[in-house]
Amino acid sequence: MNSKLYQKRLWTNRIGISLSMIAMVMGVSVLLWILFVLFKNGFAAIDLNMFTKSTPAPGSEGGGLANAIVGSLMLVGIATMISTPIGILAGVYLAEFGTRSRIAELTRFMTDIMLSAPSIVLGLFVYAIIVAQVKHFSGWAGTVALALIAIPVVLRTTENMLRLVPGSLREAAYALGAPQWKVATMVTLRAAKSGVVTGVLLALARISGETAPLLFTALNNQFFSMDMSKPMSNLPVVIFQFAMSPYDNWIRLAWGGALLITLTVLVLNILARVFFREKISH
Amino acid sequence: MQSSSTSSTDSGLRDETRLRIVRRQRIQDFLFHKVTLSFSLVVLVALIGILISLAMVAWPAFKKFGIDFIWTVQWDIVNEDFGAAIAIFGTVASATIAVLIAVPLSFGIALFLTETCPTWLRRPLGTAIELLAAVPSIIYGMFGLFVFAPLFAEYGQPALQSTLGQMPIIAPLFGGAMNGIGILAAGLILAFMILPFIAAVMRDVFEIVPPILRESAYGVGCTTWEVVRHIVLPYAQQGVIGGIMLGLGRALGETMAVTFVIGNSQRISASLFSPGSSIASTLANEFGEAADLHLSTLFALGLLLFLITFVVLALAKILIIRTERGKGLQT
Amino acid sequence: MAETQDLQLKTAIQIRRLNFFYGKFQGLKDINLDIAERKVTAFIGPSGCGKSTLLRTLNRMYSLYPGQRAEGEINFYGQNILDPKQDLNLLRARIGMVFQKPTPFPMSIYDNIAFGVRLYENLSKGEMDERVEWALTKTALWNEAKDKLNQSGLALSGGQQQRLCIARSVAVKPSVILLDEPTSALDPISTAKIEELVHELKSDYTVAIVTHNMQQAARVSDFTAYMYLGEMVEFGQTDQLFIKPKKKETEDYITGRFG
Repeated sequence: MNSKLYQKRLWTNRIGISLSMIAMVMGVSVLLWILFVLFKNGFAAIDLNMFTKSTPAPGSEGGGLANAIVGSLMLVGIATMISTPIGILAGVYLAEFGTRSRIAELTRFMTDIMLSAPSIVLGLFVYAIIVAQVKHFSGWAGTVALALIAIPVVLRTTENMLRLVPGSLREAAYALGAPQWKVATMVTLRAAKSGVVTGVLLALARISGETAPLLFTALNNQFFSMDMSKPMSNLPVVIFQFAMSPYDNWIRLAWGGALLITLTVLVLNILARVFFREKISH
Repeated sequence: MQSSSTSSTDSGLRDETRLRIVRRQRIQDFLFHKVTLSFSLVVLVALIGILISLAMVAWPAFKKFGIDFIWTVQWDIVNEDFGAAIAIFGTVASATIAVLIAVPLSFGIALFLTETCPTWLRRPLGTAIELLAAVPSIIYGMFGLFVFAPLFAEYGQPALQSTLGQMPIIAPLFGGAMNGIGILAAGLILAFMILPFIAAVMRDVFEIVPPILRESAYGVGCTTWEVVRHIVLPYAQQGVIGGIMLGLGRALGETMAVTFVIGNSQRISASLFSPGSSIASTLANEFGEAADLHLSTLFALGLLLFLITFVVLALAKILIIRTERGKGLQT
Repeated sequence: MAETQDLQLKTAIQIRRLNFFYGKFQGLKDINLDIAERKVTAFIGPSGCGKSTLLRTLNRMYSLYPGQRAEGEINFYGQNILDPKQDLNLLRARIGMVFQKPTPFPMSIYDNIAFGVRLYENLSKGEMDERVEWALTKTALWNEAKDKLNQSGLALSGGQQQRLCIARSVAVKPSVILLDEPTSALDPISTAKIEELVHELKSDYTVAIVTHNMQQAARVSDFTAYMYLGEMVEFGQTDQLFIKPKKKETEDYITGRFG
């Protein structure tokens, strides 16, 4: 054996592996650093006032995020209620009917692109079709923008989960003489239930942190409001405006809000994983 | 035919009640099919709607500035004279920097996760990376503005200027004032943001490589590096490129991580230290005060952004689909 | 084919000149066969011989998949199953099927049984309870399952799950039951129970069973068809086919010299 060549190969290997480990350590430490900064500043900012008081006016002391929290909950909640049935049924179509049709193929492809498309453009779109038409910003417009972001997530997860359902289960239902819609809703969708829940949770997580599309749709509201037809306060936009401001209490609230949405997103993601694991165990 | 000899003892197929039920089922199936179909078209309709509505609002801007709009270096709000070049430059430059930095790092991470990581650590680390990919982008923006930029101004930029800034040709890239924000800072923050995402995609693609290929390579005495270099990478090549382009697509369209640190200045400068703006940051900053032609121009920018990212994402998707099809054939 | 008529049996399903295609590949070649009413007909042969394919033409299961098609005629009490106008749901409610792996639906044991019944019958709660008990009793599962009717069907053991699937088919009172290697995923004790069950089923139902296990075919069936490469090599009464096969290929297969 050529030992010199062998030594060279070994060293190449060692260098390659070391570089990959360095990359891992660097990558993970930067990301942990970001989380550390967020947690430190965020927890320092969280107090009872944050949940009970509304956003402060420029230059005034104190204040909280109550209006933004409620606004975010409403926007995200209603967007989820709209996007869940649409996304699930669309996913059913792609998985159960869409194996043969070209339009389904196209939809699948475009949905994948929409998953990563710039959300700010969706904001522009909703601005053009809703805000510009009724001439004012509104919670409804924000909801539509968020729902448009959520639908592709729910749709693709649902489709993928339905595809994991063994074909024999589908055949067994057909073998009893069940019509297609009953097979889809009562058997396959039910078998994929936890996977579908995963998709809904992931969509929730995704839209909880979205800022850009809300800038042109729900905008913001300094006061507490639950009127969906008016501009609506929400955490991401408040964070954006407050973090860029010169006021210390605003910046503090921005960190508090940032921690809140990050925790929400992480918890939703972890929940989604738990549900997904259940799906696999069957 | 012998059907006469098989006299009916089973009337199930002709039973009137059942035939009625079957007719009802057919109508229900038909409706179900149409309802699910129409929902699945929502995405397609939205996509076409985006193109049409953006183009309609942007029309006055395109009519006034013509095709020159794309490469005109001009952003004068007072005199309503606009060109997209500054924002396009900022978008492409920051996203390119992000990809250049994030790709080698995420490759290393993916390689570690699939090849060298001890099994017990594989899952927690993989999950951590995936969770980080879900952190809202605004967090990266805040981190960039409050923590990264000051440190970068104090240590990072001087270090870069005294090393890369002394080299011929590329020196101007690292000149000018060092205040921590600018195109380079935006690129770095974007790199942090897309890092976990690209790493997660790459890991998934690496895992598609059939174990049998890997094992046979190890079987003839290949080192881990050689297996990755000669087996995994060639096999997963298109998927890896697809993953990188997905990351690029995200970086191009990102608003929040960029807006905080890019400096939001409408000019182009040779130095990567100098503040600039991207399409998304311009939209986020100026939309509130925009009206008439200015607003129309912002929509034109938005349409350009959508078209650019659409092309990048479509290519990415095609490459990933090809890799997955390859997997389908092999297993 | 002659045998069935000699014995004065009624024919439940008549297969004539059946050809089957997976795209361009021909899976069945000119099959002619009579399946006798209230008897057990077994299909044996090496894997890929088309025995499962044949079974799946009988309830048109293949129609779920594009690119698969059957030509010829399958006469089921005077109706051509292959007729494009044939309503598949109705057909499948008359010709039930049980699969290789147990396929309990993700719902309670009770609902697993009631699901199929509710499709075509409007029963009161009491009638449905009776029907569930009847089906479970028929498949010897009642004693094991009566206290956990509300538990998930997935909570049962593999053999119990398979009997639940048979009960589910029986509950809709079909006239034919197709069994596609129903015991290949089960242990010997569960297998024995299923075989016993097949014996009892034939007093009320026409049964067609695909099996890779020749002893099983010999034990449970009245008629056996040996298939090879998509063709029907030999068909006859089980006793005769196993003791005195007419064809050399059949003999080679059942004596284990081949396959």
